[in-house]
Formats: sequence, C-alpha cells, structure tokens
Amino acid sequence: MNRRHPGLNLGEAHDSANDDAEKEVFGFWVFMMSDAILFGLLFATYVVLQGNLNGGPGPAELFEMPSVLIQTVLLLTSSLTAGLAQLAMKHELGTRRIVLWLLISLGLGLAFLTMEMRDFLTMTSKGGVPQASGFLSAFFALVPLHGLHVAATCLWLLALLGQIARYGTDDATKTAMLRLGILWHFLDVVWIGIFTIVYVGGLA
Amino acid sequence: MSDILLGRLDASALPWHELAIAKTGLEVISGIVGLTAALLAVLGALLVAAALTWWRLWGPLWRDWLTSLDHKKIGIMYVVLAFVMLARAVSEAGVMRLQQALGLGGGGIVTPDHFGQLFSTHGTIMIFFVAMPFITGLINYVMPLQIGARDVSFPLLNSVSLGLTAAGAALMMVSLVLQPFSTGGWSGYPPFTEAAFNPGAGPDYWIWAVTLSSLGSTLTGINFTVTLYKERCEGMHLMRMPMFCWTSLCTAILMIFAMPPLTVATGLLALDRYLGFHIFTNDGGGNMMMFANLFWLFGHPEVYILILPAFGVWNEVFSTFSGKGLFGYRALVMATMCIAILSFTVWVHHFFTMGQSADLNAIFGIATMAIGIPTGVKIYDWMLTMYKGRVRISVPMVYGIGFLFLFVLGGTTGVILANPSIDYQVHNTLFLVAHFHNMVIPGTLFGMIAGYTLWFPKAFGFRLNDRWGYRAAGLWIAGFLLAFFPLYILGLMGMPRRMVAYFEGAWLPWTLIALTGGALIGLALLCLAVQLTVSLRDRAALAVPVGDPWDGRSLEWALPAPVPAWNFPVLPVVEGRDSFMELKKNGDHLDRPRDGFADILLPRPSMVGPVIGAAGLVAGFALTWHIWWLTVLTLAVIVGAMVARGFVRDTEYTVPAAEVEARWNAWRALADASPRIRRRDEQRPANRGHAFPAAQEGEA
Amino acid sequence: MIRISLLVSGLWALSGCGLDMGLFSPAGPVAEAQRMHLWIVCALMLLVVIPIFVTIPFLLWRYRYRDGKNHASYRPDWEASWRWEVMLWSGPLVVTAALGWFLWTYTKALDPYRPLSEAPLQVQVVSYDWKWLFIYPDLGVASVDRLVLPAGQAVTLSLTSRTVMQSMLIPELAGQIYLMNGMTTHLNLSADHPGQWTGRNTQYNGDGFHRQTFRAEAMAPSDFARWAETAANAPPLDQPALAALEERGRDPDLPDTFGQVPPHLFHDLAGTATHAHHGGGQ
Repeated sequence: MNRRHPGLNLGEAHDSANDDAEKEVFGFWVFMMSDAILFGLLFATYVVLQGNLNGGPGPAELFEMPSVLIQTVLLLTSSLTAGLAQLAMKHELGTRRIVLWLLISLGLGLAFLTMEMRDFLTMTSKGGVPQASGFLSAFFALVPLHGLHVAATCLWLLALLGQIARYGTDDATKTAMLRLGILWHFLDVVWIGIFTIVYVGGLA
Repeated sequence: MSDILLGRLDASALPWHELAIAKTGLEVISGIVGLTAALLAVLGALLVAAALTWWRLWGPLWRDWLTSLDHKKIGIMYVVLAFVMLARAVSEAGVMRLQQALGLGGGGIVTPDHFGQLFSTHGTIMIFFVAMPFITGLINYVMPLQIGARDVSFPLLNSVSLGLTAAGAALMMVSLVLQPFSTGGWSGYPPFTEAAFNPGAGPDYWIWAVTLSSLGSTLTGINFTVTLYKERCEGMHLMRMPMFCWTSLCTAILMIFAMPPLTVATGLLALDRYLGFHIFTNDGGGNMMMFANLFWLFGHPEVYILILPAFGVWNEVFSTFSGKGLFGYRALVMATMCIAILSFTVWVHHFFTMGQSADLNAIFGIATMAIGIPTGVKIYDWMLTMYKGRVRISVPMVYGIGFLFLFVLGGTTGVILANPSIDYQVHNTLFLVAHFHNMVIPGTLFGMIAGYTLWFPKAFGFRLNDRWGYRAAGLWIAGFLLAFFPLYILGLMGMPRRMVAYFEGAWLPWTLIALTGGALIGLALLCLAVQLTVSLRDRAALAVPVGDPWDGRSLEWALPAPVPAWNFPVLPVVEGRDSFMELKKNGDHLDRPRDGFADILLPRPSMVGPVIGAAGLVAGFALTWHIWWLTVLTLAVIVGAMVARGFVRDTEYTVPAAEVEARWNAWRALADASPRIRRRDEQRPANRGHAFPAAQEGEA
Repeated sequence: MIRISLLVSGLWALSGCGLDMGLFSPAGPVAEAQRMHLWIVCALMLLVVIPIFVTIPFLLWRYRYRDGKNHASYRPDWEASWRWEVMLWSGPLVVTAALGWFLWTYTKALDPYRPLSEAPLQVQVVSYDWKWLFIYPDLGVASVDRLVLPAGQAVTLSLTSRTVMQSMLIPELAGQIYLMNGMTTHLNLSADHPGQWTGRNTQYNGDGFHRQTFRAEAMAPSDFARWAETAANAPPLDQPALAALEERGRDPDLPDTFGQVPPHLFHDLAGTATHAHHGGGQ
C-alpha cells in the first residue's frame, strides 16, 4: 500500500511519519469544517442584522472600496506565496527557499492586518463603532474575527520559522507547514465571503 | 488599586454575603442553604487535598493521571468528573424539589434569586458537566479498544479537551463559593442575560463555563471522528464496527457541527455584555430571536449527542445479556445516521411560540415526529435481539428494561410536544421539564450507568457488587417515576417551569409526590456510592483478571482487565463482526500472536493539557470578574504552551517487545489457570473473566 | 377515534383529584380543540405503546436464561430478517403519517394568528416586570393584571414586552405566545361562558416571575359593556402612570383601571426599544 502523502516529501523510510501526516492533515480538515460553521453562522447573523442601522452610519458612509481591494490583493498574493513555499518543500528546493516564501507570506499577512486595522480606525472615527447599531455589531463580530484568525496564523508562522531554525525542515515542520497552508487558504476563502457579502453586498 | 487587582470582585461575592444582608426569615434560611453548599464544596476540596497529601499521592496523580495521554486514563478521569458533578447537581435538584413542595403560598427555604441560580446551575451542570463528560469518558475508554487501536488519533488534544471541560466544571464550583451564578437557566436566553437586565457576574460565569466546555467538546468531536476513520485495525471495515462505535461516530460528527453554534451564541452574548455590542439586545438594532436560533441549532443536536452513545451502550447490553447477536445491525446503523441527520432539521420546535407562521411550525413539527421512526426501529430491534435469546437479568439489563419502558413513554410525550397546537399549551411548563428528564434520565443517564457497570471490570479488573447495583437500579427507576410523572400532570394543569412558589392548592399533592421521588433518587445515588465502596473492599472475590466477565462479543473483551497501557500486544486483524465471539467459539481466543511481539510506541505524558486547563479556568474566572491583567496573562500562558509544544520533538516512548511479551505470558498463564465459566456463575466469585460462550452452553 | 378520546377524558374526570384546571378544563374553542388534539395523539400513540409494553415482559419471561432448562427456541445467530425489517420500519411510518396529518390540520386550524371571527374585539397586551397592561384601543380604556372579555366573542390579542422576553398563557382559553420588546405578536382566543381563570407568564424573568399572574375574566356582553363604561371614568393613562408601570414590581398606589388611553399608545410602546430597568427591587 502506498501511504506516501502527496503534498509532502517525507521519503520512503518515513512510514510512520507518512501515517501521521495523513492523520494530522485529515484532522485539520475536520477542524476547518467546524471553523467554517463558526464563520457561516456569523455570516448568517450579519445578514440578519445588516438592515438594523439604528440611525447610525451605514455601509456607504463607512466602507472604503479601494482599501478593501488592496487588502484582497494582499491576502490572495500571500496565498500564492504560501503555496510556493509548499511547492519548494515538496520539490526539495532547499530550506532557504522555503523560509523566503514563508517570510514573504508573513509580510503580506501583516500588511493586510495593518490596512484592516487602519480601516477599522477610519470607521470608528466616522461613528462606525460596534455599539452604534446591530449592523455594526454584526460587522465587528465577523470581520475582526477573520483578522484575529490571520493574526493567529501569523503567530503560528513565526513559531514555525522558529522550529525550522531549530530543527530544519524535519517531518514535524513539514506536516505543520501543510496544515498551516490549509488554514491560510481557508482564511482566503472566508475573506472572499466577507468581500462579497459584507463589502460588495453592503454597497450594492 | 483593588479595582485593577481584583476587578469587580469584592466582599459581596463571599458565600456568607446573602446571610449577612438577610432581613426576613426566608432570606436567613436561604443564606444558610447557600453557605452550606459553599462550605461543602470547600470542605470536599480540602479533604481531597488532605488525602492526597497524607498518602503522598500528589506525585502519582500528576505523573500517572493528570499528564497522562492514555485514552483509558483520560476516559476514567472524565467519568470521575461526571460523578462528582452529578452529586452536586442531584443535591441541587433535591433542594428545588423541597422548595416546590414547601412553596405553596410563598414560603420555602430559598429566595427567588437563589432558586434562579439553582435551576441554572442544575441544568448547566447536568448537560455540560455530567452528561457530556460521562459520554466522552465512556467513548474515550471503550471506542479505541473496540476498533483495535492503540489510542485516539490525537492523544495530546484529548488531554487538552479534558483540561478545558474540567476547567468549565471547576468554574461552576468556584461560582458556588464566589457568588452569584446566572439566573438565566441553562439556555441563558437574552435579553434577560444582557448587561441591561443582569449586569452582575452571574451570566458571565455561565458564558465562560459553557464556552470552555463547548471548545473542549468540539476538539473531542474532531479527535473521535479522525480516530474512527483512521485508527481502525486491519479488517475493521466500517460495517464491522460494533454499534457503540457507530453511535460514537455519529455523536462525534454532531459535536463538530453542533458545538460551533453554541460557541457563536455565547461569544456574541459576551460581546454584548463586555463591549456593548447590540447582537441580542432589545435596543440598538439587536435581535434576541437570533440567540434562540443559534442556541437550539446547538441545543437540538446536543440532545442526540447525549442519547446516541447511550443507544450504543444499550446495543451492547441487550446483545451481550441476551446471549445473542444484535438484531438488525444494518438497520440500526441506518437509524443512527437518520437520527443524526434529522437532528439538525428540528431546532424550531424549541420555540414554536415565537410567532412564526403556522406552515413553518407544521413543517418543523413533522420533521420532529419523523425522528420517532428510526428511534422506534431501534426499540423494536432491541426487542428482537431478546427474541429467541437467553436473557440474563443482570444489573445493566435492569437499567435496560427500565429504559425501554420509560423511554417509550418519554417518546410519546415527545410526540405530543412535537405538535405545535399542543405545544402552545405545554411549552415552558413542567410538562416539558418532565419530558426532557424522561429522555435524559432513563435514556442517557441509565445508559451511562449501565455502561459504567458493564465496563468497570474492564477498567479496574473487578466487577461491581451486584446486590447494591440492583438496589441502585430499582431506586433510580422508582425514583424517576415518582419524581417526574407528577410533573406531566402539573404541566397539563398549567404550572410553568422555574417557579419558586405558587398559589394553587391543587398543585401541592403532585409536588409532594415529586419530592419523595427526588428522595429515592438521592438514595439511588447513595447506593451507587456504597456499591463502589463495597466492591473495592471485596475486589479480590470480584476480580476478573482474564478480562471477559460477561461473555462479551467485541475486541475489548479479548484483553486482560485492567487493560495494559498499550491495549493490544499486537494490533488485531479482524475478519467479521463480533470477531472476538468467533474466536471464543472456536477456542482460539488465547492464541499467541502469529508473528510474535514487537516494540510499541506510546505517547509520552505531557503537562500541556493540565496547563491549558488550569489557565482556561483562571481566564474564565478573570473574565467573569473583569480582572483584565489576569485575563491577558492566562491567555498568554495558553498561547505560550501551544507554541512551546511545537518545539517538542521527543513525544513518544518505547515499550520493549520483551515487556509486552512477558505481560502477555502472565495473562495467558492466568487464563489457563482460570476455568471457563457458564453464565449461571456470572455473578459468583468463580467468574474470573474467562467466559464460555452462552451460545454453546447447550452443546457442552 | 373520537370515542377513545372521550373514554380517556371520562376516565380523567372520574379520577378527579383536583384535575379541573389548565388543559384539563378548557373554557374556549381553542383550548377545547387543543385538548382534543392531545387525546387523538395519545390514542394513536397507545397503539404503539401498548404492544411494546405487553411484548417486553413476554420476551423477558419466555426467553429468560435458565441454565439450559429453558426449552424455548434459542437462535444466537439470528441477527437479520428482511421481512421483520420491513414491518419494523413501516409500522412507525404509518403511525407517524397519521400523526403528521393531524398535526398539519390542527396546526393550520389553531394558528394563533388566525382570527376566530370576522370582527374580533381588539385587545393589546403589554408585559412589564412583573405585571400586565391590557389596552382596549376601541374603548379607550386599559387595565392592569386583569383581562376582561365578553363571553362568546372572539378576541384578538396583540402583544409586546417592555422588558425581557415573556410568554403569556391562559391554559383554559388558548395556548401561549412570546412577548418581545420592539416586536408585536398575536394571539386569538375566545371564552365560551362567563368565568375566571388565571393567566401567567411562563418565561422566567427574574425575582417576581412566580407572582406575575393576571385574572382573565369573561363576562356576559352586557356586563362587559357596563365594565367598559365604568372604566372610561377611571384615571387617565398618562406619562406618570406609564413611568410607574415601567418600574419593576407593582406600585400599590397605581390604579388597576385606566380611562382616556391615548390612541396609538400600543404602537408607541411596541415600536421603541427598552434599554434597561428603571429602578429596582420588588
């Protein structure tokens, strides 16, 4: 039975590592499923509450499309670079190459977070605080939670870089990278949802 | 300064505060009741600590239990947690029964606010810290053994789940000492639980205790699902798994899907309360109906999370003690799946009375009734399992028979409640209270106690005393009947749930009957405690070291009792369902593994689980009392523990083949020295756990 | 079917023992129909329950373990049978289909939003902590903790809450419906004959929950007209009175009947959100 995990390059001699990778990646997919439900319900809450402006500012006053578009590009690009890091791992292009792509992904993620934070501050200065209305409460329950996920993933990425510095690209860091990649792409998908439902839908 | 240090925690949180400010006689008595409860909790903790110190057990507790990643030990700890919390929640129920029996005209022993805390803690504890840990513990112990695995897929995550669940339970205990708890019931509906109407710490205790438990259960669900998909031994196809594993799988999948709605509901309520959001508030554009939907999107599948593992136990009980294979395996698998899926389509029946259209209500009502079909099939399949069998009325079977009768009645009242037109009348009344207790006590709790009786010898190497077991079972059944059937009548007479006092003389006789039932249930619990003590004393006579006291059918009965850390000396290969029974019938059950023994890798103990649990408890406490520095600190500890764990590479240890072989040889010698016994000797000291198949008794 | 349900209800009446309240003793067409539906469901379920209750003891006795001395047939490997399986699934299916048909019919017929006649009397209900305000918009009067109805006439209640979620139930007349702040729900009912019943909140809302009852009183139409005339002369429902109602608990000085109720009062009360309690204590 060929048990080699397709996304990894663990070598023939690493049978139990291959088994572990299989198990861990599957487990992480299941975890993503429960996280997807979490976001799905927050989307539902947002859709229910988005009309409740309570006399406060609405999407037209608060959202800045150019900034949101730049954030989208940043996040999608970071997904590409994270994917390139994985390819570098799979084709054994060297730890240096992997780390480089990971660092670029991290930078893009942090840039996204910075811009998002700036947007939140702009909204707040226009009276768009979560206490103002049901719409803004639902917005600030959903969008910053995505941001928090991105921040947590960046922290994980840093920890992973630390592990690579300490142990090199061993089996554990390789499977960790695989799981990190899943989360990173997943957050992209959630962002597409936010972009479509919250921003485009809000302004439409 | 003390605000920064202690947040809003002050002297009014101390357990004698209610007594200190009491003005009326009722308030004094209520204060004494509250103080007694707090003292009992503190005294209990001190006693345990003293005992651990006296017998120098802190080290072993930490090394062999708290940090252990062995699924069997984690399972046992879950069950211990469940029993401790059961004792508290049953006591609370006793106080509430007494209050309602005395409450005609407004008297009694607790104030309205105290009563509100009692029903809120009782419900929260019973669901999240009795039923959930009990099922999680049982699945943890049994399921990996039944599928022929060394452990669950993620042993560390298992320990973290236990830590989070225990942290939630501990937070409940803390709320008994540093008061108050919420008065919003186990479902915590806003806007009543919003800061505008309940600004105190109570609802926050509820939010964090429930959130900790819900996070733990989500992780447990993931862990069990992956284990069942990836850790089955060779030949253990899905359709060869014992039914308990199937119900575990459905429960685990339900946990993955149903726990996030609860986390979202409590999380959003926390945003409302802590940061002034308007998600569920009256004002500011909030929508309280969202909470009802989110909560029951969790709450209804939760009912099946609780009942399915019990169904799993009943499958094992009815087939084992009927000396016969389970009837309708395929149908039971299908019925379990049907129930799991349908459980997500019925949540609106928890609020038929919220003003939505009759069409919507009718659709959800019919979906609810549809669940009765697969459930009915299960009942029939269990009856057909007994049909043409040889039924032994063991202790688990007494619970099982009680379950069959009572559960059918509970199902009937469930069908009644599924009709929106009738539900308008009995919703929010004691009829509803009687119904769900009728499902979770004979269903879940009897199932769990039956499972505990069934698998106790597997875990500890000796059977539980039968006489005290029968007494407990009888008292549970009688107590349940007396305590809850009057509540059906009271509900139909229009008595709402959660009433501290009332002014209708006609209700009194029924509350008195219910009180006697409550007393019997208290005695039943006492019998269980006596049973455990007596069995410990007589453990030599009750010992079943060979490991198969009940003539079991699935793989766990092939192992010695107690089971060694590595479970199977060599991972088994399975060729059909009930494979251990087949081996036994052919007399091959003691065979030496064909390919000899090999080294076994097992997970090393880790302190990450208990550290995250402890930090979670402190974080929940700090959030409840607005102690922000402590919140930040504990969250940092949790993140730090996770990052640090990533740097650990040495996570396993090796058990040498020689040790495994030596242990196997010892067991084999013991088995050879223990005669195989017939079922008539099942409850006698002759039962050393070496069974002769009941199916072959006629031929012998 | 109807005969069975009559028999069951007769047995109830015989056994007596104070069961003459709540759903056991309906006083209006809605509660009457709800009780009938309950008996039908019970009767259908008995078809399921009785066979199970008879069969289980039989199985336990017939197939009990007797150490080889029981000569009933023993087939330890009999684990599946298509014929049985079809029966097992179709039985509950048929019963559920019948129950479902009744469910659909009764749920549609007893929709709380469906008026019981063409021109029902309009009553508006506002719940506070822990009391009830009943407004008669067409009569310009209001009462606290007392719902006065003309017997034999259909009534439409419109309900809202000025505080947390509540649920109003008069079991002898009709089922319950939630009251929620900033929203309006409806409930239709009617009393067959003059009488008095207790109405309650069934959704827990704090310390005064168990005391939050009101008297539902059906009168002969002429008595009702007289009551309305008297009520019109009661003190006005002005701002101070409304403010007093918002306080938790019951102010003993607050009148229980009001005249000169402003038009659109209910609309205003239902349309504005309540932020928090004014004052505290019982």
